[in-house]
Amino acid sequence: MREKELEKLKDYKYGFTTDIETIKAPKGLNEEVIKFISNIKKEPEWMLNWRLKAFERLKVLQEPKWQKPKYPKIDYQDIYYYSAPKSASEKPKNIEDLDPKILETYQKLGIPLQEQKRLNGIAVDAVFDSVSVATTFKDKLTEKGIIFCSISEAIQKHPELVKQYIGSVIPINDHFFATLNSAVFTDGSFVYIPPGIRCPMELSTYFRINASDTGQFERTLIIADKGSYVSYLEGCTAPMRDENQLHAANVELVALDDAEIKYSTVQNWYPGDKDGKGGIYNFVTKRGLCKGKNSKISWTQVETGSAITWKYPSCILKGDNSIGEFYSIAITNNHQKADTGTKMIHLGKNTKSKIISKGISAGLSDMTYRGLVDISPKANNSNNYTQCDSLLMGNKCGAHTVPYIKNKNSKSNIAHEATTSKISEDQLYYCQQRGLNSEEAVGLIVNGFCKEVLQQLPMEFAVEAQKLVGISLEGSVG
Amino acid sequence: MEKQLKNDFEKIIKTTNFSKETIKIKENHLNQFIATGFPNRKLENWKFSDINQIIKKNIGDLGFYNDYSFANKIDPSIFIDGIEHNKIVFINGRIEKIDFTYEDINKIEILDQDQLENSIKYDNSLISLNSAFTNKYYKIVVKENYSLKKPLIIYQTSTKNLKYKNINLRLDFLLENNSCLKLIEISDDNSRKNFTNTFFNFELKKHTILKNYKIDKKINDNIKYSFNNIQQDTNSISETFILSSGSNFIKNEINCNLNGKYSSAFINGIFSLKNHSHHEIRTSVNHLIDNTKSYQLIKSVLDDNSKSVYQGKIFVNSKAQKTDGYQLSKAVLLNENSEFNAKPELEIYADDVKCSHGSSSGNLNKDSIFYLMSRGLDYEQSKELLINGFLLEVVEKITDSEIRNLIKNLIGVKE
Repeated sequence: MREKELEKLKDYKYGFTTDIETIKAPKGLNEEVIKFISNIKKEPEWMLNWRLKAFERLKVLQEPKWQKPKYPKIDYQDIYYYSAPKSASEKPKNIEDLDPKILETYQKLGIPLQEQKRLNGIAVDAVFDSVSVATTFKDKLTEKGIIFCSISEAIQKHPELVKQYIGSVIPINDHFFATLNSAVFTDGSFVYIPPGIRCPMELSTYFRINASDTGQFERTLIIADKGSYVSYLEGCTAPMRDENQLHAANVELVALDDAEIKYSTVQNWYPGDKDGKGGIYNFVTKRGLCKGKNSKISWTQVETGSAITWKYPSCILKGDNSIGEFYSIAITNNHQKADTGTKMIHLGKNTKSKIISKGISAGLSDMTYRGLVDISPKANNSNNYTQCDSLLMGNKCGAHTVPYIKNKNSKSNIAHEATTSKISEDQLYYCQQRGLNSEEAVGLIVNGFCKEVLQQLPMEFAVEAQKLVGISLEGSVG
Repeated sequence: MEKQLKNDFEKIIKTTNFSKETIKIKENHLNQFIATGFPNRKLENWKFSDINQIIKKNIGDLGFYNDYSFANKIDPSIFIDGIEHNKIVFINGRIEKIDFTYEDINKIEILDQDQLENSIKYDNSLISLNSAFTNKYYKIVVKENYSLKKPLIIYQTSTKNLKYKNINLRLDFLLENNSCLKLIEISDDNSRKNFTNTFFNFELKKHTILKNYKIDKKINDNIKYSFNNIQQDTNSISETFILSSGSNFIKNEINCNLNGKYSSAFINGIFSLKNHSHHEIRTSVNHLIDNTKSYQLIKSVLDDNSKSVYQGKIFVNSKAQKTDGYQLSKAVLLNENSEFNAKPELEIYADDVKCSHGSSSGNLNKDSIFYLMSRGLDYEQSKELLINGFLLEVVEKITDSEIRNLIKNLIGVKE
């Protein structure tokens, strides 16, 4: 039995579960549950009202149907919307007070929370199921005036900032999953970088779904004030379960004048087993607003996990001279499905955007790039460049490209290119001739294919991501 | 609208002598159309061009009944000079003339399709509308091993007195093995504010060649929709050229199924728009078997408040290895109020394929203009020269030299 377990874990090494006592909200979606969440988080009344407003809106909204991956109907009454380790009901002040089991979990995942053990300066906010359990390097950041904490903490301690910016990029009457998140979000990270500050270290959040039958609904809000810079990383894993679990997060970024936000994601939720059983439904809304002049938002994502990925990190380029970038690698294998891409909405003058998307599909999977480039009539001298390449392995998978291109400004240029191909025999032959086996050869070629995007990741992440690319494609050749 | 549709349908049934079965089939189509109505922007295919709104705004209430009992007089001045050709003439939706004088009569067969085939199943309410209201349609069969000596020109014309009407046209073509057909569709409208709905069906057997040139040049304020459905067998070639320029609104839709090995499809198009016109080309090329090829090139020149839309789709199913698919769309926006929308789509399920697409839009290259002006041309001349060269590339793709020259003259591009 244990051997079997181990055998299973070979494919997905983060697939273990942690036995821990949890507090859960009653199953189901209703006003009571929302009040329960709001209450347990000790939220002020305006926050509860905001949630309830979103819930009102949710009642009339319907799930979107246009995306390519179809999924069985989700019973929203059969999900726990709140689950937290019992020991974390009062967030411990020190890492030492944290439940050792949780510590152990993060250690297993390769995220040590003890600060002294960290060699490189990355501040981590660890989210376990519905709550943030630990945030590291707080003192060092506070010195500079940077606020990095869980969003529940921010609602209590910095209500003026939260009130001003929450829902300013993803309004509560957005699409179904975003609104669902607004109603029931449980935790997430909050970052505020004061004017003129360059954040001295990488900020990072690590999401972990542990309990079964729960959905994870986190909300992240990052505000970069005038002239500041921040680089933010996000990682995620979940145990292997036979049922599908829902993950519907909202991420809002706001960049004011001359500010820059770099947001990197390595998404490795449990993708389901070889027959497509189980796995996470990753329905995420990520949106950045370049509010000020000369601001910049850059999204980098490596998507290897989840049974279904459905996300479009977008940039609204409102400030003049603002820049939006999107770099993506999406890898699907077995029965995974991904429908991902970006939206670049040019509103300000002299705005620039760049999209580089690399899709790799193998096995029985299906991958779609779906993107929008919209240049509005007032966005003079704007530029967009889009490149999306797909790589197919075998004739049972699919790779699709669905770009929407709207140019309403005669002084602006849009260029779009896309190609679909397979790994050429010549390349494989060349590598094998030099002593690599076929899997190593494919790994090497794929890494070369993805290089443009991998380069954009911070160093530590790039190495991880490179390995992940190799692992995700294991067994897809030959 | 439902009442109007039903009344007009009754009128047509009374004034014509369709067989009972045909009436039943037509009724089915009518009910289908009533259930769905005109397509609107909620449908993905009509996202950029909401024809329901366009008809409402430009025409208002449409009439569906036309009196087809009297023949219209053909005005010979509409015929194209300088090229000998066979003719089919539509006036206000009625076929007035089918003339194959230059051809061997035994090799061309014209079948009167009084019985409507019920086999056509498209998820398209405008095809239902067409099937419900087409007055009469023919199937033109080109016999085995015969190539038409002269091109066939289809004139779609309308007279001044026609207003606020829906006209439905339909023709079927069957090209038997080793045959060849050159076809030019020319629309020449004198009417105002009508909605024309055209549906052509092409069946290409083995080793056949179809060259189809669609020309919409004369400025008019009609709303048009045209759907060409092309089925291709082994080693067949289809070439479609679209000049989209004159009408207020037109959507050309080409659906091409490459069913046989070594078949290939070429679709080239030009949008040359002014004023408030809004045109769309939507193509879907389906590669259903191995070793097939498709090529698409669409260019737009947009002035004033015009808007062009290109939705191109290449579909490759898992059997279709060795597919070669290519799509390119380019647009020049001359006025700040013009707009270009594109959705070049790839849907691919086979791995050993070569598929790519590209799309670019923007204004004229400043360096090129500077270069030309430094050599003594004024701004307008330089602009004209650049646009001329831009469009010439598409016209050069026309394989038939006689027709290429004809189209060059029509558009006014020079070499």
